[in-house]
Amino acid sequence: MTGVGWNSLLGIGILIGLVAAGRGHDAVFQTHGWVVLILCGIGFAYRLTRDTSSRTADDEVYFDGVVRAGVIATIFWGMAGFLAGAAIASQLAFPVLNFGSEYLSFGRLRPLHTSAVIFAFGGNALIATSFYVVQRTCRARLALGGLGWFVFWGYQLFIVLAATGYLLGVTQSKEYAEPEWYVDLWLTIVWVAYLLVFMGTLLKRKEPHIYVANWFYLAFIVTVAMLHIVNNLSMPVSFLGSKSYSLFAGVQDALTQWWYGHNAVGFFLTAGFLGMMYYFVPKQANRPVYSYRLSIVHFWSLIFLYIWAGPHHLHYTALPDWAQTLGMVFSIMLWMPSWGGMINGLMTLSGAWDKLRTDPIIRMMVIAIAFYGMSTFEGPMMSIKAVNGLSHYTDWTIGHVHSGALGWVGMITFGAIYFLVPKLWNRSAMYSARLISWHVWLATIGIVIYAAVMWVSGVMQGLMWREYDENGFLVYSFAETVAAMHPFYVIRTVGGLVYIAGACLMVYNVWRTILPPAHARAALHIQQPA
Amino acid sequence: MFKRLKFKHDRIEKNVTLMLVLSLIVVAIGGLVEIAPLFYMQNTIEKVVGVRPYTPLELLGRNIYIREGCYTCHSQMIRPMRDEVVRYGHYSLAAESMYDHPFQWGSKRTGPDLARVGQRYSNEWHVQHLVDPRSVVPESVMPTYPFLAAREVRVNDIADHLAANKAVGVPYTDEMLAEAKADLITQATVDADIDALLQRYPKAQTGDFDGDPGRVTEMDALVAYLQMLGTLVDFTQYQAEENYR
Repeated sequence: MTGVGWNSLLGIGILIGLVAAGRGHDAVFQTHGWVVLILCGIGFAYRLTRDTSSRTADDEVYFDGVVRAGVIATIFWGMAGFLAGAAIASQLAFPVLNFGSEYLSFGRLRPLHTSAVIFAFGGNALIATSFYVVQRTCRARLALGGLGWFVFWGYQLFIVLAATGYLLGVTQSKEYAEPEWYVDLWLTIVWVAYLLVFMGTLLKRKEPHIYVANWFYLAFIVTVAMLHIVNNLSMPVSFLGSKSYSLFAGVQDALTQWWYGHNAVGFFLTAGFLGMMYYFVPKQANRPVYSYRLSIVHFWSLIFLYIWAGPHHLHYTALPDWAQTLGMVFSIMLWMPSWGGMINGLMTLSGAWDKLRTDPIIRMMVIAIAFYGMSTFEGPMMSIKAVNGLSHYTDWTIGHVHSGALGWVGMITFGAIYFLVPKLWNRSAMYSARLISWHVWLATIGIVIYAAVMWVSGVMQGLMWREYDENGFLVYSFAETVAAMHPFYVIRTVGGLVYIAGACLMVYNVWRTILPPAHARAALHIQQPA
Repeated sequence: MFKRLKFKHDRIEKNVTLMLVLSLIVVAIGGLVEIAPLFYMQNTIEKVVGVRPYTPLELLGRNIYIREGCYTCHSQMIRPMRDEVVRYGHYSLAAESMYDHPFQWGSKRTGPDLARVGQRYSNEWHVQHLVDPRSVVPESVMPTYPFLAAREVRVNDIADHLAANKAVGVPYTDEMLAEAKADLITQATVDADIDALLQRYPKAQTGDFDGDPGRVTEMDALVAYLQMLGTLVDFTQYQAEENYR
């Protein structure tokens, strides 16, 4: 994107912000107007005051400035999302921590946590790594010039609008699709730009074949676009107000939402991160991908089967039985392509297994793939109606989600970050391999505590709800089952904090790698930016 | 077979557009087969008597329920299992949420299901429970919501909310839209003339909900919503066998 393009875009942003701030029908819409106004104003001021003579970044073979920014954003939002998770976990253990505040209550912080982790942490990781991978595997510079920067900054604006909206009580109440109509529209624009940049780079590739990682990234981008648009169709009360009503109602709305919700897992948190795996694991292990055929078979079967799995979120509900059964059958079939991906990732290490001992980054990646295998076995099992009858509505689901999100998504991303940071900032290696090793173990122990505790509490909760005495009466009141959860909620919080401790080591390690102390910098002969 | 697979896949791998189009087709199929029939199959939603659109006050209450993220801990979907039917009442029907834009079935029960919480507790209990949950349920981990009682609801644009619902298929009549503001006030007023309101919205509960008759607060709206949940369908008249899906 050219300088003129940026200036007019920021100008339009300032105008829209002014209108929304001045004429908005409710306080939240006005606040969001101010947010847009101020952020675009800062951008505009930055462009005006910037010294344009020092633009050297464009001379690089690859367009990596946006990848560097993406890595920093991934780490920043990751910490924010993890800490929000620790906060709401503590609130369930000690409700006094809601502080009687409208803005800090569990109901508003929970979507903040889920969106921060999935979309802010995961999304930034996917955008940054896909921009890095597509350039290397195509041997081509990112297409469409500065549009990559528009994708990056547009996505950050989406995150800020979504997050502030949650705290102020703006939500569509559709899980993982909580942002209201105007934020959804903005994300759609950004996402189309993302697709254009990615496709454009593929089109100008100098390699005859499109590398397998890019199949997954492409399927992730295009499917998320489809899911996002359909699930967020709604009728705003006013075009200057924040509230809208979903186009669909009741049972149709429920299935549309879980078609979206499950494939936010399937495409955002699985396909996209498999793309990450297919580039960074072979690179770090210095081995080719185990099986080309397996890649083909598991790619097409994975994206075909995943879409059908949504109804397993609605077992025994008012959704017609035929849809529930279809959802269950396809969820069980999904186990096979999922493990195809796991096998292809793990077996890439054949002949290089000794690196598990010597390379903590490989260890991080292998544990991530192991958690992927674990949670893609657990998921199909929980989608069996008889199992789901017990697990649904309980903490077991929360445990399952976290073994996937902390184990698979988190750890493969940490692995990619440790791979990328030295390359992007032109260092020979990360500041400390020992700290990476510590991070691996803290993260693993944290997840194991978390998942194990949630298994026990979830199964216990489900069993307590359905326990009868000899006279046929329910044994436990609901309040008694809530009280029984307390110790588990406390230990779960501890598990989460252990995981966060590992992430803090990563922040320190990355910081020291990018900005070594002055004396070390002199020794490294790192050039100061001109 | 694999040799042919490789040959054919070669073409896809070398053509970005082909790969994009094929991926899109492959991921579109599942949703089309599962979701589209729900819109035209007659038996997706059972035939029941009694389900009606929300009153303006109930709709505002529902919006507060959504705003505070109540769905993150409370389901509104009773499954047809013995323990759930004993604990919460008749299993939920699709018809009971047919005017819910969006649905509120939920996915987690940190607190109990609320699909049939209506008229189980008094208004006073609800108000006290929302202001300080642990004063009535010591084991509760629910946040406190004292600010609801202090804040008056926004009356001005209520007709716009009904109109937006009408636009997405809720059968609000022109009369309902015209009287929306009056209906909102009437439902929360003690000893008001409620005949016209009840004709438009049968079984609507009226009066002062929050113990503060002078004004219509967010507490009024939320309690009015909670008190109507699951009260519309008369299950003595419901024929389960005729609605098997």
